[in-house]
Amino acid sequence: MEIAQGNDLYTEELTLNMGPQHPATHGVLRLVLRVDGEVVKDCIPHVGYLHRGVEKLSEFRSYPSVMPLTDRLDYISSMINNIGYCIAVERLMSIEVPMRAKYIRTVLAELTRISSHLLWLATHALDIGAMTVFLYCFREREYVLGLFEELIGARLTVSYPRIGGVRCDITEGFLEGVKSFIRDFPRHIREYETLIDQNRIWLQRTKGIGVISGEEALRWGLTGPTLRGSGVNYDVRKKAPYDAYDEIDFDVPIGKNGDVYDRYRCRMEELRQSVRIIEQCLDNMPQGDILAEEAPELDMNPKGHRVLEGEFSRWGASIAFTNEYATVPKGELYSAVEAPKGELGFYIVSDGTGRPYRLRLRAPSFVHASAIPRLCKGHMIADVIAVIGTIDIVMGECDR
Amino acid sequence: MSNTIFESKKPDFSPIKGTSALITTIDKVVNWGRAGSLWPMTFGLACCAIEMMAAGAAHYDLDRFGVLFRASPRQADLIIIAGTVTYKMAPVIRRVYDQMPEPRYVMAVGSCACSGGIFNTYSTVQGVDTFLPVDVYIPGCPPRPEAFFDGIFRLQEKIKKEEFRWSRWR
Repeated sequence: MEIAQGNDLYTEELTLNMGPQHPATHGVLRLVLRVDGEVVKDCIPHVGYLHRGVEKLSEFRSYPSVMPLTDRLDYISSMINNIGYCIAVERLMSIEVPMRAKYIRTVLAELTRISSHLLWLATHALDIGAMTVFLYCFREREYVLGLFEELIGARLTVSYPRIGGVRCDITEGFLEGVKSFIRDFPRHIREYETLIDQNRIWLQRTKGIGVISGEEALRWGLTGPTLRGSGVNYDVRKKAPYDAYDEIDFDVPIGKNGDVYDRYRCRMEELRQSVRIIEQCLDNMPQGDILAEEAPELDMNPKGHRVLEGEFSRWGASIAFTNEYATVPKGELYSAVEAPKGELGFYIVSDGTGRPYRLRLRAPSFVHASAIPRLCKGHMIADVIAVIGTIDIVMGECDR
Repeated sequence: MSNTIFESKKPDFSPIKGTSALITTIDKVVNWGRAGSLWPMTFGLACCAIEMMAAGAAHYDLDRFGVLFRASPRQADLIIIAGTVTYKMAPVIRRVYDQMPEPRYVMAVGSCACSGGIFNTYSTVQGVDTFLPVDVYIPGCPPRPEAFFDGIFRLQEKIKKEEFRWSRWR
């Protein structure tokens, strides 16, 4: 072994394996880090530890029964996955959703966004070292999950929207719950901010960490708050409105520096905007149907045909008839919604049968995972945790 | 295994009158200690891990029952398989399990860990009991925190019945 002399002092580079079992990797992400002392020189993310074959599985299911699979993609915000899938199929089948269903979906999507961001803040703060925030955030999150349970019967995997509307109408108790939640929630946001916003440790751990410029973030394909923290105004809810978003007035919070702190600020502002959206939706909630007439049945047959049976009488005799109408046209389409993590896209190829020929998911977590090496390079090992937290990665939708 | 709720409860110890001493067996003392401080490993795989976190957070509070999450397998008694296990992940889980000191227990949480659930595909292990000795199964997709508690209680009952290092229950 050589003995270093004078200015030739150096340390050997070390390969460090982080994950897939690591409490701060948000699931089963594996990072292979090349470190020089404490500084990360290179980082290779390994994905696929939660690959469940959702895309393949959905090719063998009819359109309505793909829904439970979409629940388990990004299991923190399952409602938005459902809505995204429903909107894609509705656009494919050209189904017009009733206004009331659109408003109900918007309310629930924003509640889901709040619960997802709360979980993000809880785990992000816990990883960086603020334990109290975790307990505070879970208190409000439990309240939102309780509301879901009252309306839907499930806490996490909801499967509430249907292709062409929603499953059941909202109840009086649910409405009361949402109203009291949005009344109290801004106070709770201030509570979290008192805990960490000006905290010196928090500022040192987040400011100037994982900096990426807006132009570069676009080239990496980042979306959602991760992109908006770098000052790019891109939000699917504004650029390609779906549901009731085009009738509702809300702002898209934009960051400036593109570091971990700005992305944190963006998400905190999004919580406030979500409250605004829910308020407006509840005020303007129209009456009417909750499911479109032409919505496919849950037990849609594999051919994708709608069978009409009946009988008519002519010349004294009764004649039974069976007619089959094709409901799913051939073609392909891409449709995206704004999930809490970023742009969640569904690319469906239809061959005219009742099953998707191919269902490709554009999962934001997968795209964001590819940017981890770029964000980590040159930082300390401890900052890798902050970077994983800030891009808000969920392995369920990353690996699918 | 008979339902323990309906079994007649024998006293675990008998106090000696007039003294501050009591008579019991070593098994009972050891089992009491083990069941009262189950330290599971922080090991989230998928959706069920979110409910596991909710069970550990302030609203449900697993700490009440002596359950504290540890980040290292060397310090843990219990491994909670919460989520879908894939063929790529299974060797890692087995390795983590092997790193745990005896006595160790395994809890399969959720349909995926119990039987593969809805993911009957080329990449998913159909039940974690194909490569680990599972003590308690908790069904549900995902199970509620209350169901999670029930699993912990069942495991505690099971531990309290252990007679030797490897009892008939294992």
